[in-house]
Amino acid sequence: MAPPTPLEPKIRTFELSVYYGHKHALQDVTVDIYAYRVTAFIGPSGCGKSTFLRALNRMNELIPNARTTGRVEIDGINIYDPSVDVVQVRRRVGMVFQQSVPFPKSIYENVAFGLRLNGNLPKSEIDAIVEESLRRAALWDEVKDRLHHSALELSGGQQQRLCIARAIAVNPEILLMDEPCSALDPISTAKIEELIEELKRDYTIVLVTHNIQQAARISDYTGFFYLGRLVEYNRTRELFTNPQKRETEDYITGRFG
Amino acid sequence: MVRYGFRKESGEQALIGLGFVGITLLAALCVFGLSVGLLGHFAIGGLPHVTWEFLTEAPRNNNTEGGIFPAIYGTVLLVILMSILGVPIGTLTAIYLAEYSREDSRLTRWVRFGVNTLAGVPSIVFGLFGLGFFVQFVGKGIDRVFGLELVWGKPAIIWAAATLAVLTLPVVIVSVEEALRSVPRQLREASLALGATRWQTIRRVVLPHAFTGILTGSILAVSRGAGEVAPIMFVGAAYSLPELPKSLTSQFMELGYHLFVLSTQSPDVEVTRPLQYATTVVLLLTTFALNLVAVLLRLRMRRRRPLTL
Repeated sequence: MAPPTPLEPKIRTFELSVYYGHKHALQDVTVDIYAYRVTAFIGPSGCGKSTFLRALNRMNELIPNARTTGRVEIDGINIYDPSVDVVQVRRRVGMVFQQSVPFPKSIYENVAFGLRLNGNLPKSEIDAIVEESLRRAALWDEVKDRLHHSALELSGGQQQRLCIARAIAVNPEILLMDEPCSALDPISTAKIEELIEELKRDYTIVLVTHNIQQAARISDYTGFFYLGRLVEYNRTRELFTNPQKRETEDYITGRFG
Repeated sequence: MVRYGFRKESGEQALIGLGFVGITLLAALCVFGLSVGLLGHFAIGGLPHVTWEFLTEAPRNNNTEGGIFPAIYGTVLLVILMSILGVPIGTLTAIYLAEYSREDSRLTRWVRFGVNTLAGVPSIVFGLFGLGFFVQFVGKGIDRVFGLELVWGKPAIIWAAATLAVLTLPVVIVSVEEALRSVPRQLREASLALGATRWQTIRRVVLPHAFTGILTGSILAVSRGAGEVAPIMFVGAAYSLPELPKSLTSQFMELGYHLFVLSTQSPDVEVTRPLQYATTVVLLLTTFALNLVAVLLRLRMRRRRPLTL
């Protein structure tokens, strides 16, 4: 299936490095991530793929002792520039985590959380955005009758879709997903994957996964991280059928990992 | 080489093991016995004298007859004032330490050093500090600035409450900080990733989540302060008063101090013995009531715990 939109880089990183104390966790990653595509990053545990993802919305800054060098440009603007407001970055770059973490509030309030940060929207508008977001996260039909129940009553898969709804409610341009299915059963995983296919029409999606098949199934581009370096990056089909590097081949054929 | 396989321990080893179990059990039983003995002693000696009159009347005849209502009233008032003064400052300090400060900064180390030092100061020293700082310095200062004739610059319930607030500060800070740190990191990250500022995250995610913990910690801290006598001896607790405290600058009676007075300053200690017992029971019940509230809150918190991480 041909991609419907022209290939334009949305995120470009230049020699991006992250250090935790003296540990060089991410080493000189230079890569273009394209708009309205699903880009997956795979690799064994501790290879730096999550660190890379968290560098794209400056979440690494929350870790004491973490230091980032190099550049991350989103639409041509370096988000590590001192003049850039990190809050604005995170509004434009949403994130879904490995462990679904709904706030201990109602389903409705979870989705409305991001909207309420930005001052006073009229209730009717919030209602509309909440419904729209839940619909896009394929959760509306399951929760429309209990919007004001606690989000903690939902199943794990529903909670993760709620987190996706929560992230897209603030209308970001990019969605970062950090192993969004690793805690889910196969049926919930299939739902989320379907959802990701849907969402890429409107968002640039960057996905970190340790599930090689998942990357092969749903991504347009795949990068392979190993020992803090981006070993190989290519169109997903290319990378899986014709890997250029020995480590990539070993990893995707299951010889280590 | 001798192989023992799965044989039982030798007789000597088994005996040592058993002996140690016995010693630890004995120690545990001693503690239990002590608490039962203490409570039982005062309950038997005091409960029969805790009558309605005792709880609602003022002392008469040089503290040898009548009740202890002014002391109960003063204690409650003191606890409330102390909470108002101490809990907010303690909570704010804990928020700074848990949310904003960097562990490796010099300022953080100094603040922590201060908290730990305060926690180790004997309570009588707080009393003297209260007299010197709050009464003589702050109180007299206020009088001087407003040209008043000895209104604030004398022992008063506000200064006693302030002294106790300082005494309980370290406990408040430590327990509130613990409550804040128990909020899962993932919740904070989720909030920040949605574009919330630090303050919004604290206000909308961290504080609501930690609220019960903050309340519990504060109550436990306050209940510790509520039973203290030494810090308030010089800063406002009175031997006997004709009337209840009417303003922040009034002196007041307090249960712990009243007990001290009954058992050491009375013209006839033998006559006041039933009063001493009964006062002890009331003081204990007051402290227990505060602790009970804290325990109930903690139970409620545990049941509502949203994440099992």
